[in-house]
Amino acid sequence: MREEEERLSGGVWDALARRGISRRDFLRFCAAMTTALALPARYTSRVVQALEQTTRPALVWLQFQDCAGNTESALRASHPSFADIVLNLLSWNYHETVMAPSGKAAEKSLSDTVQQFKGQYIAVVEGSIPLAHGGVYCTVGGRTAIDIATEVCGNAYATIAVGTCASFGGIPAAAGGVTGAVSVAEALPGLDRLVNLSACPMNGANLAATLTHFLTFHEMPATDDLGRPLFAHGERIHDHCQRRAHYDAGQFVEEWGDEGHKEGWCLYKMGCKGPATSYNCPQVQWNDATNWPIGVGHGCVGCAEPAFWDEMTPFYRTLPSVPGFGVETTATTIGVGVGVAVATLTAAHAVGSAIRQRRLAHERAASATGAGAAPAEERPHDTADEHDEPGSGEGSQA
Amino acid sequence: MTRIAIDPVTRIEGHLRLEVEVQDGVVTDAWSSGTMFRGIELILRNRDPRDAWVFAQRICGVCTTVHALSSVRAVEDALKITIPENARLLRDLIAGAQLVQDHVIHFYHLHALDWVDVTLALKADPTQTATIAQSISDWPRSSATYFKGVQERLQAFVNTGQLGLFANGYWGHPAYKLPPNVNLLAVAHYLEALDWQRDFIRIHAILGGKNPHPQSYLVGGVAAAINLDEEVTINTDRIALLTQLIQRGQDFVRQVYMPDVLAIAGFYKDWANLGSGLGSYMVYGDYPASVPGAAADITSTYFFPRGLILNKNLSHVYDVSQLKVAEYVARSWYNYAQGASAALHPWKGETKPNYSGPQPPFNYVSDHEKYSWLKAPRYDGHAVEVGPLARTLVAYASGRQTVQQAVNGALHQLGVGPEALFSTLGRVVARAIEAQLMVNQLSTWLSQLVDNIGRGNLTIHDQSKWDPSTWPSEAFGWGFHEAPRGSLGHWVHIKDGAIANYQAVAPSTWNAGPRDAQGQRGAYEASLIGTPVTNPEQPVEILRTIHSFDPCLACAVHVVDPKGREYANIRVV
Repeated sequence: MREEEERLSGGVWDALARRGISRRDFLRFCAAMTTALALPARYTSRVVQALEQTTRPALVWLQFQDCAGNTESALRASHPSFADIVLNLLSWNYHETVMAPSGKAAEKSLSDTVQQFKGQYIAVVEGSIPLAHGGVYCTVGGRTAIDIATEVCGNAYATIAVGTCASFGGIPAAAGGVTGAVSVAEALPGLDRLVNLSACPMNGANLAATLTHFLTFHEMPATDDLGRPLFAHGERIHDHCQRRAHYDAGQFVEEWGDEGHKEGWCLYKMGCKGPATSYNCPQVQWNDATNWPIGVGHGCVGCAEPAFWDEMTPFYRTLPSVPGFGVETTATTIGVGVGVAVATLTAAHAVGSAIRQRRLAHERAASATGAGAAPAEERPHDTADEHDEPGSGEGSQA
Repeated sequence: MTRIAIDPVTRIEGHLRLEVEVQDGVVTDAWSSGTMFRGIELILRNRDPRDAWVFAQRICGVCTTVHALSSVRAVEDALKITIPENARLLRDLIAGAQLVQDHVIHFYHLHALDWVDVTLALKADPTQTATIAQSISDWPRSSATYFKGVQERLQAFVNTGQLGLFANGYWGHPAYKLPPNVNLLAVAHYLEALDWQRDFIRIHAILGGKNPHPQSYLVGGVAAAINLDEEVTINTDRIALLTQLIQRGQDFVRQVYMPDVLAIAGFYKDWANLGSGLGSYMVYGDYPASVPGAAADITSTYFFPRGLILNKNLSHVYDVSQLKVAEYVARSWYNYAQGASAALHPWKGETKPNYSGPQPPFNYVSDHEKYSWLKAPRYDGHAVEVGPLARTLVAYASGRQTVQQAVNGALHQLGVGPEALFSTLGRVVARAIEAQLMVNQLSTWLSQLVDNIGRGNLTIHDQSKWDPSTWPSEAFGWGFHEAPRGSLGHWVHIKDGAIANYQAVAPSTWNAGPRDAQGQRGAYEASLIGTPVTNPEQPVEILRTIHSFDPCLACAVHVVDPKGREYANIRVV
């Protein structure tokens, strides 16, 4: 035991001492653990080593064709806070917006991490990666973004793409762009453990939760078919919207500032893309659950979805079809089977679009037989598949 | 003579590369290069003008809101839309809150590490730190026990051996002048400011749904519905929360930010003689006290008055007309149909990227004719600086008493004359002064809004020109805003209901832009000349001046010495 006593220093020993646990107590505990694990006594030192491990996992944050909105959003995290994360929970080794050194010294922080923690660090990427013309549209330290990403993400344990630009290409990849901007997934196919925290920007609370998940369960959270964590993207905004009852009752804002707007009515006719967007805005909300876009009175713009800049625009044009269950709709109309399917979501399956397709089929069947559908004049027409281009349906110009 | 490249410049927004020539330990020339391009002006083409603000806002997420505001103003200018008074007040509250939060974050989290040696805080005496804190402010969190706790937390962090964001910093550099106790004070406030900024910006969530990128802007007004008798709208609960958040902001700026700036500035008075650069300052002006069309001369009601100062002459403030703005691409990676030396007004602006810099991986850009993704804006042919210092000088020279009092008070406290304003230190102090004045102004706007609500005025949007059928077949508009970093302009050309051309000239374009066709340097480039460089591998002096502008473009600083090839090898693999 004396050997271990001499070796123990600083770190966990200080933390334990502050909690009134002596060295002797700690080592007795380790010996008891060894026995409980049915290991020979000589394994005690291995147990001690494992428990005294206080190296924080390393993380590096790369920024490419970004606006730094995701960095700012991370600064808004509260549980844990950005300070907690970067000072106590992780070793936040590279992040251009906030790190102390510049230039060569900054690059050393990045290269040291890649070398010393190869295969163990988390790489975060903010912003899209331009591929046109040899990648000259974004260089850092004289190197192209694709060059840096290939090295840093390629050697990481996991990569987190923060924001819609890194997750799906985002605004630089929208129609009219000329830089060949692509997502991390497209730039580096086959990356290990890539998680897409999309939205524009991502909600900092979801990054805090993802990192907490990693620290607690030593793996990345389960994701949907777009690589987005299920805990944040598993549900449509429309299905959890605080204004959903107004949608179901046919109470819509018709003009900005009208009586309906003042009453907090549904924003569908003002172009809200909530029915086509999966994100946890309604549940978690923003800035310590202070509010969210629909809450303030403006429709969702679909910012968590791929290519939303082209597919959700014009932002004020009504979605052509909005399949969904009204709160008055009963299980007999929708079908118990779909309800069961919703209840058994798993990580590996593309549930989002599958569910939507099934709902559409059920509703078409229901309206064809006249059973269960709300009066036509109170609901927008579900005449088209929701994947049609905006404008091909009968939505009114808002 | 040595040419040094610094890339990435950190603690900014965006990607910036600096190259400087150093002779006898002093900068003799400088090149400022933006190393990232997205093309949002091109992506905006053919879009619905009412959507433009959502796109434009994504130009920047640090100075979020500013481009959204300029965009709706540009479209409203083009379509001759007058917004309701409440919409103006709500936009002012969002923009003003942004400025305050942005400036506080800038000082503590982007600039402070140039002035504060974090490692020296470990040598501080918490009891003396408390005495200093209590002598400069009545902020309650100032006991010896509190500072001891901060110091212990810092010590425990350092003991782990994993210094994270602080690794490889320039600790121990001779240019750091603060005594250990002031370093500890600053570290404590750096941490407090991290908590404060996320709480204060909840103002944006109340009025804009979320931050970053609030989502309540509309061409014609705002979407933030007001109704005292409804749960989800702006009601008395929301007004009470706004009041409290503004109060906490006023407390923090008055009792923490401003005293810290003056205390730290007192140890760096030599920086009142460094970094002045161009000496010419431009302000579009902003925050009118009424809405367009309602006042005869709306510019006279601006909270930030409009004006131009040339060559440090405060006795003459020139008028500013946006028609005199033009952008050069002579040294930028773009082509103009008219030729490389042309300067185009943004309504005739072109964005045709054409990279002609070195092939990556590269060592230098300044040895190429064209060396930046930034265009070079000029006002009436002059290279000018924009930002808090420009606004403060124009307001001072225009006779604004609140500004004169605040400036004179600061100069008196520091024991320096007015010439100290034209410097790196001047920018730091000006930024704090305008944050102080702005956070106080938020209360005025809120009470005006509450007054309107009390009289039953809940109007937030002018619907009359929402429908494209009400628009002319062609229209040109200019939208502008005094963003935290300076004068911002958006120019839009609408044709047949869609955007035909869109040009944005951001404050950092003015400040960080390259030379023009006449070879006139941009603001950063001019400001660096004469800066001492003690150690090229730790260019803290250069960073002090560049950070004083609060850069907002991708800035990557990478120090490479052409005589020391080993630096190139540090780029691993």
